[in-house]
Amino acid sequence: MAHISAKGVCVEFPIWSPSRRSLKSAVLRATTGGRLARETSTWVVIQALNELSFEFSRGDRVGLVGHNGSGKTTLLRVLTGIYEPVRGQLDVTGRISSLLDLSLGMDHEATGYENIVLRGVLMGLSPSAIEGKVDEIAEFSELGDYLSMPIRTYSSGMLLRLAFSVSTSIAPEILLLDEWLSVGDAGFREKAEQRLLELIESSAIVVLASHDVNLIRRFCSRTLRLEHGRIVSEEPVAT
Amino acid sequence: MAAIALSERPPHGGPRRALHDLIDGARAYHVWGRLGWQDIRQRYRRSLLGPFWITISAAAMIGGIGLMYSRLLRQETDEYIPFLAVGLLAWFFISALINEACTAFVGAEQLIKQVKLPLTVHVWRVVWRNLIIFAHNLLILVPVFLYYRRSVDASALLALPGIVLIVFNGYLLGIGLGMVCARFRDVPPIVGNLVQLCFFLTPVMFQTKALGHQEWVAQINPFYHFLQIVRAPLLGSGLPVDSWMYALAATALFGLVSVGVFIPYRSRIAYWV
Repeated sequence: MAHISAKGVCVEFPIWSPSRRSLKSAVLRATTGGRLARETSTWVVIQALNELSFEFSRGDRVGLVGHNGSGKTTLLRVLTGIYEPVRGQLDVTGRISSLLDLSLGMDHEATGYENIVLRGVLMGLSPSAIEGKVDEIAEFSELGDYLSMPIRTYSSGMLLRLAFSVSTSIAPEILLLDEWLSVGDAGFREKAEQRLLELIESSAIVVLASHDVNLIRRFCSRTLRLEHGRIVSEEPVAT
Repeated sequence: MAAIALSERPPHGGPRRALHDLIDGARAYHVWGRLGWQDIRQRYRRSLLGPFWITISAAAMIGGIGLMYSRLLRQETDEYIPFLAVGLLAWFFISALINEACTAFVGAEQLIKQVKLPLTVHVWRVVWRNLIIFAHNLLILVPVFLYYRRSVDASALLALPGIVLIVFNGYLLGIGLGMVCARFRDVPPIVGNLVQLCFFLTPVMFQTKALGHQEWVAQINPFYHFLQIVRAPLLGSGLPVDSWMYALAATALFGLVSVGVFIPYRSRIAYWV
């Protein structure tokens, strides 16, 4: 049963001055008993997420809105499990797929087919599971014989097509999207959109971060507005 | 934005999650196996010989140093060059594991920040990559041993457990040192310098005997013992029991420290890189 529950989740990024990143300074600090403290105590912490509490359950289509730097992407990364909250409690049940960076982990010297497997493995599939999907992914990408070529020979549009085809090939229970994915030329874009819609349809929970109000209105059942790492409003989307 | 002190220790989830990470990381061999090979391929991409450039560059080094130093040190080449070849290869392996342990997490920044993988996957990747390089280098021993007519018997296989122990230590160091280097960015150059210094203090290019009364310099040197557990069997002197004891003790120490750092600070790695 897919479910996400957050209670008072906080994420803070330490921004160290170079001396704070230095072991030598750390040792000096420890041995000089703070006499150098004035110089080194500037240790800024950015509160990226501040006391977030929410519950997402089956059927929720959540739109994350807010300005640049308001914490949307950080929140998606927290939900993915990359950043563990500094304080607070986060419980996520359900298999997650986060489409944050499509072209991640691609090897430009390897062929399209090899990259399908590589990417699939990074997404948590077993090699045998991904082998079973290769044909379907290859067909969807419409890249044909190019898939046997090293992907450094691809155009950027072809790369995105391949990345998109692999990334969207498994149906997760929880789908995390950072902005709407739009790839390829006119024909492919339509097909990609169709695929994304199906993926959204089949996922139990979808969290979509976007600046596009129309998009949010179209796909989401509720919105969370973030400002400076806090939830400032939470409301259902009028349909 | 607020300038407040940050407690670096997260409040929950320590030992259990760390243990899961260690187990899942080791199991995900299909992930780090691929990533490790990919590193090798990218280094030698589009070259005719591919990864065998590793073999050739090591061979050139052994040949060059061997001919020069056998004269400088007044040693017979048929004794000295096999000794040097085995020693240098083991040294390359050990020093690369240490140097690259520093970048185990920092070098995987992109992956760490974008996908949820057990963090120890990135450590295994470094270890695996270096094991592949070492295996390529071992090929050099075939012509060297043939040319200098050194007989090799089954006891040379005793080097295998030595290699396994070095790999395991590379893994432990990758965790411990990898974390320290992610937090303190001035550590990698310090480590690099120390390793280089140790090369000249460790009997790689000269025989231990040459130290005379100063043999204790080798005896207290962990590099020497890790080198010996691979070198001695390959040169036909059997299992070096003393060096094994020393190496095992060092392993236990590295293990305690690395796991001791990993449990409380594992969740901070994504923030540090």
